[in-house]
Amino acid sequence: MVPESYYTALSAILFTIGVVGVLVRRNPLVIFMSIELMLNAANLALVAFGHRFGAADAQVLAFFVMTVAAAEVAVGLAIIVTIFRLRRRLSVDELSIMRW
Amino acid sequence: MSLEAAAFWGLALVLLASGLAVVLSKNLFHSVLYLALALVATAGLFLLLQAEFLAAVQILLYAGGVITIVVFAIVVTERLVGERLVQTNRGIVNGGLVSLAVLIAIIIFVTRATLPQTPPPPPADLTQAIGRDLLTRFVLPFELLAVLFLAALLGALFFARKEE
Repeated sequence: MVPESYYTALSAILFTIGVVGVLVRRNPLVIFMSIELMLNAANLALVAFGHRFGAADAQVLAFFVMTVAAAEVAVGLAIIVTIFRLRRRLSVDELSIMRW
Repeated sequence: MSLEAAAFWGLALVLLASGLAVVLSKNLFHSVLYLALALVATAGLFLLLQAEFLAAVQILLYAGGVITIVVFAIVVTERLVGERLVQTNRGIVNGGLVSLAVLIAIIIFVTRATLPQTPPPPPADLTQAIGRDLLTRFVLPFELLAVLFLAALLGALFFARKEE
């Protein structure tokens, strides 16, 4: 029986890897994938805690996270592709057109 | 070592290695393939935690849907830009410091949490419990999700339309 704390430790490390990706990378697509990684880590922690508490709530919440992430991917990638089409640039450092 | 422990350590190793590869890989296309591997490994961990329904949703929705969309986006942008996408870094030291702080904060919060010492017995059929909860206790967020999907559909269509 693997204790749940191992799963939460794994999830914490995975989340940190995602944070590194968002902070260090310049390409918006990689930043996007890192966000998916972080959402995945959060789901892992949710399911691990749900397993410990023996309740279905955590899995319902994880299910909501997954579906919202799917919607986010659809809109986010559409925005990224549109920005590429307009600017033909690769770096998020130069994307300030939505700033006011 | 029991079979479950062996499966856990194997999946954990694959998950961490592919997660690191997503962030560190120079080639964008390799990144997305490693992301698919990480998502499938997470589905395996869900199976170990007796979350069969979530494991199935994870593979169908993430490994099937999300990965496909990201691959499409990479191919389209590579054609638009007209060159291979290579990655560059910025502020490695600052990023590393902030990430370390995040890791420490998570560990502090998790270790301070109070958990029941012995897990209570789970419901007999967890998938059935999820289905019932979705349409009773969580019916409002469930319906809001449908509205969100409609908005996402319209948003994606808006960006994909032809320029006038």
